[in-house]
Amino acid sequence: MLLGALPFLLVVVLYLVASDVRLAANAGDKLLPSVSTLAGTITRYAAEPDKRTGEFLLWVDTAASLKRLGLGLAFSAALGLLFGMVTGIIPYVRAGLAPLVAVLSMVPPLAILPILFIVFGLGELSKVVLIVIGVTPFIIRDLAQRASELPTEQIIKAQTLGASTWQILLRVVLPQMWPRLIDAVRLALGPAWLFLIAAEAIAATDGLGYRIFLVRRYLSMDVILPYVVWITLLAFATDFILKQFSRRAFAWHHGGGAR
Amino acid sequence: MSLITVRNLWKEYGEQVVLERMNLDIGEHEFCTLVGASGCGKTTFLRMLLGEETPSRGQLLLDGVPMPNEPGPDRGIVFQRYSVFPHLTVLGNVLIGLELRGARLLGRLFGRARREAVRQAEHMLDAVGLSAHRNKYPSALSGGMQQRLAIAQALMMRPRVLLLDEPFGALDPGIRADMHRLLRQLWQQDRITVFMVTHDIQEAFALGTRVLVFDKVRLDTQAPGAYGATVTYDIPLLRRSEHITREVEATRRKTERFQHSLPHGASATL
Repeated sequence: MLLGALPFLLVVVLYLVASDVRLAANAGDKLLPSVSTLAGTITRYAAEPDKRTGEFLLWVDTAASLKRLGLGLAFSAALGLLFGMVTGIIPYVRAGLAPLVAVLSMVPPLAILPILFIVFGLGELSKVVLIVIGVTPFIIRDLAQRASELPTEQIIKAQTLGASTWQILLRVVLPQMWPRLIDAVRLALGPAWLFLIAAEAIAATDGLGYRIFLVRRYLSMDVILPYVVWITLLAFATDFILKQFSRRAFAWHHGGGAR
Repeated sequence: MSLITVRNLWKEYGEQVVLERMNLDIGEHEFCTLVGASGCGKTTFLRMLLGEETPSRGQLLLDGVPMPNEPGPDRGIVFQRYSVFPHLTVLGNVLIGLELRGARLLGRLFGRARREAVRQAEHMLDAVGLSAHRNKYPSALSGGMQQRLAIAQALMMRPRVLLLDEPFGALDPGIRADMHRLLRQLWQQDRITVFMVTHDIQEAFALGTRVLVFDKVRLDTQAPGAYGATVTYDIPLLRRSEHITREVEATRRKTERFQHSLPHGASATL
């Protein structure tokens, strides 16, 4: 724990020293703002209403971004679970669908962002769709792999217990896919944030990515740096919560003993 | 009429003949152990009984009608591994068969139906000695306990035939002896027919009422796949207690007669 904290401490110290050195040479330097400037900016964004709109910008941006991210990930997870499971378990579906998914997952999502803007407009939908398009093929392939890894013995055993194909999907495969879906979503968090910020940078009126790219014009490192740290924190927290949830809800998957 | 009838059964994969000219009649409440070298078709035969494989030629009949070509609840199975569901507790694993049968759409029972199913499942857990572990997940059980659970899970469906594919191959000798006792007891109680593939000859003779030895009678060294294996020895073991007492009695009488026929005093040297 302590050993892990050391590098963080080192980065902070390094920043403080560098910031001091630069500010001593030029009091107007904007690149590495001092702690007091950063604190002031954070207070202004988080605790004081914006002069123009009367909103608390940090929270408005956070809510907007998390909503897009949450919607995008929820749709991706649902699609990924459905298609991943049937692709992995039912040979006909695999034969028919796997090549398409394999090719689709190679399409660079950012390259089709203009198409999304044209088709879905500049509103919320195109941002959510970008996340869905970017993340879903990956989740489908991951879950199809996991589903096909289930031992055949389990499927046969279920049949000898009288299970129909539907019952096998419902009672044997699906419950075992949940923790694996959470793992897949956790791995997809990084790309999802990437697509979100890219979409917000290009066309949005609020959101964490929007803000960063807005204040870039004024070289406002005192806004950008806290926002980046905040995004990192949010991503880390999401990952942590998902992990803990999985441990609690699916103890059997994590080698847990009893219910 | 026999429960399972095998008439001139062949199994081929392309050029490769795995089983050939198999003929068997297996009655109710037999305990057949299947032994033989690796690759002699024991497991293939078991998979045909299971319905996972179909015969290439010949007939495999269950109650006089061809074996269904997919696994079903009348034939239970226990594999060496992966037989139980890791996401269900011990109780859940025993319960699932009843739930699948009772609720075709949801695969779950509720209310009174569930309570009744739980009661039956607990009864079964008692029988295999797993009651104390009812809320544990399989990953928390030892190998022996997992196999107990797998047997309990299969027996919940009251199958007519229980198929065991090297069920105790991965267990310690001590635990294996426990499992043998349990299996024989359940076999006696439920009067099921058991087929068990094993590599352990001692186990085969200790447990079975009938040992089926799989081997190749013909071998072409130029084409190892040209001929398949068949049951070369079909050894009935008379192990019902009245048979054994009768046998012991007969032997004793024979020995006595022999001793009487000897000149007096010679018996002391025997």
